[in-house]
Amino acid sequence: MPIEILMPALSPTMEEGNVSKWLKNEGDKVAAGDVIAEIETDKATMEVEAVDEGVLGKILIEAGTEGVKVNTPIAVLLEEGESAGDIDTAKKTSAPAEEKPAATDDSGGKAREARDEPSADKDATKVAAAPKVDVAADPDIPEGTEMVSTTVREALRDAMAEEMRRDEDVFVMGEEVAEYQGAYKITQGLLQEFGARRVVDTPITEHGFAGVGVGAAMTGLKPIVEFMTFNFAMQAIDQIINSAAKTLYMSGGQMGAPIVFRGPNGAAARVGAQHSQDYAAWYGHIPGLKVVAPYTAADAKGLLKAAIRDPNPVIFLENEILYGQHFDVPKLDDFVLPIGKARIHKPGKDVTLVSWSIGMTYAVKAEAELRDMGIDVELIDLRTIRPLDLDTIIASVKKTNRLVVVEEGFPQSSVGDFIANQVSQRAFDHLDAPVITIAGKDVPMPYAANLEKLALPNVGEVVDAVKAVTYR
Amino acid sequence: MAAAAKKAPTKSKTGAKPSAPTTPKPSEFSKEQELEAYRGMLLIRRFEEKAGQLYGMGFIGGFCHLYIGQEAVVTGMKMALVDGDQMITAYRDHGHMLAMDLSPRGVMAELTGRRSGLSHGKGGSMHMFSKEKHFYGGHGIVGAQVSLGTGLAFANRYRGNKNVSLTYFGDGAANQGQVYESFNMASLWKLPVIYIIENNRYAMGTSVSRSSAETDFSHRGASFKIPGMQVDGMDVRAVKAAGEVATEWCRSGEGPIILEMQTYRYRGHSMSDPAKYRSKDEVQKMRSEHDPIEQVKARLISKKWATEDELKAIDKEVRDVVADAADFAQTDPEPDASELWTDITH
Repeated sequence: MPIEILMPALSPTMEEGNVSKWLKNEGDKVAAGDVIAEIETDKATMEVEAVDEGVLGKILIEAGTEGVKVNTPIAVLLEEGESAGDIDTAKKTSAPAEEKPAATDDSGGKAREARDEPSADKDATKVAAAPKVDVAADPDIPEGTEMVSTTVREALRDAMAEEMRRDEDVFVMGEEVAEYQGAYKITQGLLQEFGARRVVDTPITEHGFAGVGVGAAMTGLKPIVEFMTFNFAMQAIDQIINSAAKTLYMSGGQMGAPIVFRGPNGAAARVGAQHSQDYAAWYGHIPGLKVVAPYTAADAKGLLKAAIRDPNPVIFLENEILYGQHFDVPKLDDFVLPIGKARIHKPGKDVTLVSWSIGMTYAVKAEAELRDMGIDVELIDLRTIRPLDLDTIIASVKKTNRLVVVEEGFPQSSVGDFIANQVSQRAFDHLDAPVITIAGKDVPMPYAANLEKLALPNVGEVVDAVKAVTYR
Repeated sequence: MAAAAKKAPTKSKTGAKPSAPTTPKPSEFSKEQELEAYRGMLLIRRFEEKAGQLYGMGFIGGFCHLYIGQEAVVTGMKMALVDGDQMITAYRDHGHMLAMDLSPRGVMAELTGRRSGLSHGKGGSMHMFSKEKHFYGGHGIVGAQVSLGTGLAFANRYRGNKNVSLTYFGDGAANQGQVYESFNMASLWKLPVIYIIENNRYAMGTSVSRSSAETDFSHRGASFKIPGMQVDGMDVRAVKAAGEVATEWCRSGEGPIILEMQTYRYRGHSMSDPAKYRSKDEVQKMRSEHDPIEQVKARLISKKWATEDELKAIDKEVRDVVADAADFAQTDPEPDASELWTDITH
């Protein structure tokens, strides 16, 4: 049966074009791949190649015709043994999209129009919101469990060592993690216990080793990739986001990357603008990632163990200033905490104060000062930035009717901004005061001691904010 | 590195380091191998022509990068692999998928964004994967797959298996920084990875000579002590022979190796590329004098291993497979709206 050659779409946005020139005449023999015509698109003049072989039976759209709609028949190709008399019986190479019986009843094959008018539209209200996922509560710590004073540094090391003992597929890689024992001594002793195969010193090559880690994870290994600081992970952020976070979705669930990227995040002390950025909001923005930012040693241990076991890419944001701080850690064989669950650090009734990681140090001190003033603060340690435990925050706001959020990151598009927005959408009627978000100042981190102090949040700002929302 | 940790060369009797491999002569193909190569390359050619056509009709959206002209590269390399060897590439990937035996229906339905596509319509032309067939994508960021492919090789070494990672990239990607970061680690750790540089002469519209200070890509590993070979990527027998040398090099623990496949893409970079940066004569000359499929066809005929009619029968069979895939890809439903929210995290 003769084949109709249709006006092709030659760019993602083309809807019509001009047939500028025919390079074959009626009666010419055509092989697959031969250029038969030139078509002017919205962007360029393109050549049209024959897909099938045969004889150009009839030209339906003359050269010079403008505004020919995509999928209009422009010529008829005769196959072996056919003559001009067969032209009327021509079969469309495939019917134009409009007539397509194909696919779902409403969408056919009209990919381009589908973009503007997706068939999903009619279901949009049904699926507008992400399905709700319940996160388990923290495990109970049995009565009488011994609590051991532990630094955050030791807790992180213990978490990695326990998971490496438990699972041969877990390994650590990064700069100075092995022989040097960790630039911040987080991997101290791991090389001695697990050997160079599983504790891998890398060259200074963040982009490359992040990709190597993700590739290994795609095969099912469970790498822990240490960044000396998250500032350097900007060199690797393409691999973290485009390769690690998106693969599960792009593969329709077939392949993912069970990997942990960890290291110190945010300002340390007077290390200047390039070494002092908080990335919680950056990674918190990305679907496909989980983002954890613990404050206490117990949370650091329980959540890092959870992160290593998690089948998804997890960004584990530590803080250099917290590394040396002591907290009680329960002495249990296998202490694992749920990712995605905030912890009520101190219950209260007057105002909700939300923070995480280093931000908690301001919040904890402010809470003590405010208690002395007779203000009963409910202090929530978020622990996880994504998935965000909004339920715990909103339940608290419904009780206290006031909210202050504290973080060190830059103010625009901050984590606090998102929380404030969600609370205003979901609990507006419960608010008795505007939400106040405290963030780092909107400046690159200065070096001078006094200026750095000014750039970061401080306890006084938190106290003032709480007083403001409680109208004291 | 400590002297004690140095590995004895595996193939040398004298204790000296084995010499770097040089480009081997093209393999002698049996009749069966010629027919296998013919059919494999033809499937890719016809599939891509059909994809181009469906793009023109609006069934395929977005970007679509066709592999026409380069078929001998993946087909010859596949003939040098053993089960478990992995493959990873960039976005000109349909040929790689078909060579790794991913289903034509599944690939085509992904191109049309339908629910039975290999990624359930959520990946598209540039993003398909198959753990079962050891195909690791399908990546849209130029050069990213090189670090990932090095990671596949890292996993092979970690697990102590003998598998090799075939990491494909183009002459354009060969100028990305992370390629050299990966070369360094692969050589340092002796990872079993073959870096296959498909030099089709143009990085999108910029010719190799306008983009690359060193245009002999087989030398690109020199600073990292990675050997390399230039291979006629239009001759499937030359590709297979080089592939065998390279896989043997990797499997015997010598570390990475580079194969520069000198090839050519007949079509534009993507569907919307008018290809004004090269002459029609140049394209025509490659098609008429170096076409990978015509070369096999001519050998089959001249050796009387197949008649024109027998080859036509193969042609018909391949066309039927492609037509079936195309029909399937046009009639399969779009993904259910609920798919929007699945597979974001486990």
